[in-house]
Amino acid sequence: MPASLSFPGLASKGHNMTMNLSAPRTDAQDTSPPPLSARIAAFGWDWLGIVPFLTFALLFLIGPMLYLILGAFQNADGSFTFDNILALSGANIVASFSLSIRLSLLSALMGTLAGLVLGQAVILGGLPQWVRHAFMTFSGVASNFAGVPLAFAFIATLGRLGLVTVLLRELFGFNLYAAGFNLFSFVGLAVVYLYFQLPLMLLIITPALDGLKSEWREAAEILGATRRQYWRMVGLPVLTPSILGCFLLLFANAFGTLATVYALMGSGFDVVPVVLFQQIRGNVLYNPNLGYALAVGMIAIMAVTNILYLLLRKRAERWQK
Amino acid sequence: MKKPFPIVPTIIALIAASYFIIPLIATFYFSLKMTRGTLSFAAYASVFQSEEFLKTLGYSTLASLAAIVMGAVIIVPTAYWVRLKLPRLRPLVEFISLLPLIVPGVVLVFGYIRLFGSNSWLPMTNSDQGTNLLLVIGYVIMSMPYMFRAVDNGMAAIDIATLTEAAESLGASRLRTISLVIFPNVRAAIIAGSFLTFSISLGEFVLPSLLNRPAFGPYLVQLGQDRAYEPAALAIMSFAFTWGCMVLMQAFATKKPGQRWLPRLSRKI
Repeated sequence: MPASLSFPGLASKGHNMTMNLSAPRTDAQDTSPPPLSARIAAFGWDWLGIVPFLTFALLFLIGPMLYLILGAFQNADGSFTFDNILALSGANIVASFSLSIRLSLLSALMGTLAGLVLGQAVILGGLPQWVRHAFMTFSGVASNFAGVPLAFAFIATLGRLGLVTVLLRELFGFNLYAAGFNLFSFVGLAVVYLYFQLPLMLLIITPALDGLKSEWREAAEILGATRRQYWRMVGLPVLTPSILGCFLLLFANAFGTLATVYALMGSGFDVVPVVLFQQIRGNVLYNPNLGYALAVGMIAIMAVTNILYLLLRKRAERWQK
Repeated sequence: MKKPFPIVPTIIALIAASYFIIPLIATFYFSLKMTRGTLSFAAYASVFQSEEFLKTLGYSTLASLAAIVMGAVIIVPTAYWVRLKLPRLRPLVEFISLLPLIVPGVVLVFGYIRLFGSNSWLPMTNSDQGTNLLLVIGYVIMSMPYMFRAVDNGMAAIDIATLTEAAESLGASRLRTISLVIFPNVRAAIIAGSFLTFSISLGEFVLPSLLNRPAFGPYLVQLGQDRAYEPAALAIMSFAFTWGCMVLMQAFATKKPGQRWLPRLSRKI
């Protein structure tokens, strides 16, 4: 639930400050070195306090990542090469990156638009407070309800024998699957993803919607603006960085999703995480360095998305003071 | 201007509510249809009678609890120390704690298998114990952004500098200060983070599947391929479980330090 996180600025200027000891003074008259305890005190042992954390992160987070990144630029003998990165342009891999990106784009777009409309209705639409509260609580749950159980729920709902599919056919004579819908398809997956994307969007866009001051609207109304003009010239421009930021977060959220796809489609739907999963498990196709390149491709996409998100968020926060 | 009844917002809210609720109703109804012709809880009974279910659920519960404990032990002292003594290192620590958000689980475990695999410098995957440990560590890493955030917010709510000085002037050692003064004061925040960790790791699929551990996530996927009605029952239970975790997390996250626990909530799930 990245929603509840507030991201700090990334600028980590001067980590080394604390270790930057003000060197023990050695005056000309006194050439003897200061006693050991004084030197220790001047150096300061405070930084030792986070050594356990840094070690842990280095071993189990940064180390593995670096290993994969370095491995992506090595061949089987360990010498430097760009071959693995170039091999990413192979037809299969390009196809799965393209599939992943298209699916993530579609589901992020659906989530953003639906979340915006819903947020506008629930937060600003003049509905009673309990409606807002109910939607927010539910969203907190639903945005975490991903993975295998979500897939099960949708199979029971919109699968070939799902309740909604059956009801539509028996009550209204409408055959969903004959009409071109298929849960086990690109569009079907996007509909499933919406179940956690829409709540996530609602959660993260709410602060921005709350930040639209009623004075702005009143001022616009006094100046004779219509609703449409208010949204076009005040509301949306203020919200734009937030909306774009949320879109990116939703994109990343969809891009990293594996369990839902896997439980729904098995191994037949080659989004990037599934391809990597298959490679690791099956040891098939085995050039591990190509696997590294796949992993690095994923990290790169996630990193770019998140950094852009942070930048946009900085910009959006200007209005929320 | 008179406010008319918000027709359009009402319609939008109703549509969204049905999109959210219909799958739950459908799944619940579906889960009751196991015995032909009648509605019954047979699917639920079948789930609970399965030995595999209890075994994998037990395993995942243990792994998640271990991850919570390990996460708290690593993150609480760090967050405390950074706030108290090393505010300049704060951006670095915060950055590291957010890093897992850009590393998908499948990539993380790939790194583990390569770095700690059987032919590596630290072959953790050679023994069951080592692999279990690696799984727990993976969960600690995956939940680190949320745990750190929760604990750090908890620390912000109390005056740790004054508390530390008070404890020290009464002669408490560093360890005693952390374990008897700071820890109890951020307990609610830790528990809030714990529920999130729990809901992330209990049904997680990728890590145990690639580490070959008998966990709940892989069991769920297998069940989805073999059965029709039990998965629906499990989906309903899992939704209820997520709901419980989130409600408890909210309750603990908004609890003020020192506030009475009215009906003293026990910490177990």
